Amino acid sequence: MSEQAARLAVRKTYKLFVGGAFPRSESGRSYAVTSSKGDFLANAARASRKDARDAVSAARKAFSGWSGATAYNRGQILYRIAEMLEGRRAQFAAEVVDADGVSAKKAGELVDAAVDRLVWYAGWSDKIGAVLGSANPVAGPYFNLSSPEPTGVVAVVAPPMGPLLGLVSVIAPVIVTGNTCVVVASERAPLPAITLAEVLATSDLPGGVVNILTGSAAEIAPWLAGHMDVNGIDLTGADPELAVTCEELAAENLKRVLRPPAGRVDWLADPGIERMSAFLETKTVWHPIGV
Amino acid sequence: MFEYAPAPESRDIVDIRPSYGLFINGEWVEPQGEERHKTVNPATEEVLAEVAWAGEADVDRAVQAAAKAFPAWSGMPGAERAKYLFRIARIIQERARELAVLETLDNGKPIRESRDVDLPLVAAHFFYYAGWADKLAYAGFGENPRPLGVAGQVIPWNFPLLMLAWKIAPALACGNTVVLKPAETTPLTALAFAEICRQADLPPGVVNIVTGAGETGAALVAHPGVDKVAFTGSTEVGRHIARSLAGTRKKLTLELGGKAANIVFEDAPIDQAVEGVVNGIFFNQGHVCCAGSRLLVQESVAADLLEALKRRLGTLRLGDPLDKNTDIGAINSAEQLAKIRELSEAGEAEGAERWSPSCPIPDRGYWFPPTLFTGVAQSHRIAREEIFGPVLSVLTFRTPAEAVEKANNTPYGLSAGVWTEKGSLMLWAASRLRAGVVWSNTFNRFDPASPFGGFKESGYGREGGRHGLEAYLAV
Repeated sequence: MSEQAARLAVRKTYKLFVGGAFPRSESGRSYAVTSSKGDFLANAARASRKDARDAVSAARKAFSGWSGATAYNRGQILYRIAEMLEGRRAQFAAEVVDADGVSAKKAGELVDAAVDRLVWYAGWSDKIGAVLGSANPVAGPYFNLSSPEPTGVVAVVAPPMGPLLGLVSVIAPVIVTGNTCVVVASERAPLPAITLAEVLATSDLPGGVVNILTGSAAEIAPWLAGHMDVNGIDLTGADPELAVTCEELAAENLKRVLRPPAGRVDWLADPGIERMSAFLETKTVWHPIGV
Repeated sequence: MFEYAPAPESRDIVDIRPSYGLFINGEWVEPQGEERHKTVNPATEEVLAEVAWAGEADVDRAVQAAAKAFPAWSGMPGAERAKYLFRIARIIQERARELAVLETLDNGKPIRESRDVDLPLVAAHFFYYAGWADKLAYAGFGENPRPLGVAGQVIPWNFPLLMLAWKIAPALACGNTVVLKPAETTPLTALAFAEICRQADLPPGVVNIVTGAGETGAALVAHPGVDKVAFTGSTEVGRHIARSLAGTRKKLTLELGGKAANIVFEDAPIDQAVEGVVNGIFFNQGHVCCAGSRLLVQESVAADLLEALKRRLGTLRLGDPLDKNTDIGAINSAEQLAKIRELSEAGEAEGAERWSPSCPIPDRGYWFPPTLFTGVAQSHRIAREEIFGPVLSVLTFRTPAEAVEKANNTPYGLSAGVWTEKGSLMLWAASRLRAGVVWSNTFNRFDPASPFGGFKESGYGREGGRHGLEAYLAV
């Protein structure tokens, strides 16, 4: 034996995340993902209309259980996601470096911010109702209480920039209140999204609460926007043309639409509660008071 | 059944002009086009007045007036804006009887309802939002929440003045100015409201009223000077508006149709439930988006409940809306009457059994007797489509889970009713019903302090309460 052969790394196959499982696209399609420098990183699945529909089915199936879980339980699970993410800090930092070409230090900060964002939202699960609900002093002998309830299945077009922090910042506010979602990951940088799916899959998050599709946003998002069993759509990551198409399609069943922000988003800034309130309904219950 | 002597409310209290222009920038102005339409009393088909049909140029004029008034109105201290709204509330109270009679004449609803429900709620709504005008910093939308600008508001004919109040009061309290289009068949109370704005010395342009039909509403919604669109009406039109606003920065709230389930569990007090079911579907001739148009009754008590319900329907008095003893007034228009007839015929054709009490129908005007259908399947059109008339579809269920599943089996989600003496069952059902308002052991209650609005295809946004402010603030 003259020379020790260098060990060949075992690469990961990046697939979709639907209903808690990792299927390939039913279409059998994939596309090459490159680093910010243009180097080949991996082939990601290119999701189809059928994949989008399967993901909506999975999200719908998960809705009753997830929205019916206690707020405390949902908060615990979001915190668990933060714990799992923290444990893979190095892996995510490396993926963010590949995707965005930022320094290792900056990438670490972005992963830290993503972990902290999850912790922040985890704490909201059992507080948002107190902030957005109200006991209403009506002019009559009635108990009258308004409380926020999740909208249902929400489609999320994740921002193209901020493949981890941006992604976590759009998913967490949707699910912490009890919605389930189908996310279209950043087309340019989808790999951190699938690695995040591995975190979600090991955080006691019920299958189907978050479903992640990779591929072309322009191809997949309109299917979701026009899907009659989707109740809301977050267009944060849609370009202006795609956003108009999706908003028009969303009108068919009067989806709640979160339009893309007017300017560039600073994902490190205080997120506020608007991303949660965008996908909450107010339910008001009346009951007479008397003997 | 008791005999009642006629007890009509005097219509002398109202002074209807033969013809109305548009209310723009605090003045009555003539429209640019020639088109005018007659508004009729649906109970007699008598012409009440002619109103202008605003075209694009008129809408543009109104939006410009509102835009011009916006800086001063939004810049005014909230406490001063509040005082204008309090003034308006007081004038509405002072002129309540007149407005109630006018509403009944133009809409066909019983005077008992316009006098005891609509008008008190209209005044209360202005009172409620007046108080918010100088307290917006405490409403949970940031320290200095800003208004949006010009609100384009389009309202329906079922509660003409109440819907105007729901739209205008929060908009003005938050510092917006408005252009409002009332429904084509019920413009008169909105035009009377224009006079009230003048009596209150409201600055010109803060409230503008443009009358017309769908094209006028479409021109208003599409106007580039409008920053906020608020619409109450059919889901079909709501969908169209939502689509047309894609790609704009206009904020939209929609309060649309419904097909509410009124669920009666076997332990419910039957007499109370019957009253609630009657109020749920026959209030305002069933011209109510949140009407309890699907009765879901537990099989074990269905026969008893239906018997009591039919007995009660036999005592409802249909006729002259101005008569203080009238329970069911006129259908608002010939068009709506045709729609109710068409769906009722579809109910029979699809195999449901139709029943109405014996009920004399006046010779003139638009009328439909209180009607219920039994043997209704979920697939029937009368169980799926909004009839917007005095027609109740009765379905049965065996278990609470089945009741909730059937109640939620609709694209709508505006309201629902639950009748049971068991608190835990009531809260269980309320938490599972996908509807914006759940009335338990009551139905069709409204209050300015209580948010109202739908889930799913019943629209989005809330009217009433602190929640109602969000629609008119840049948040």
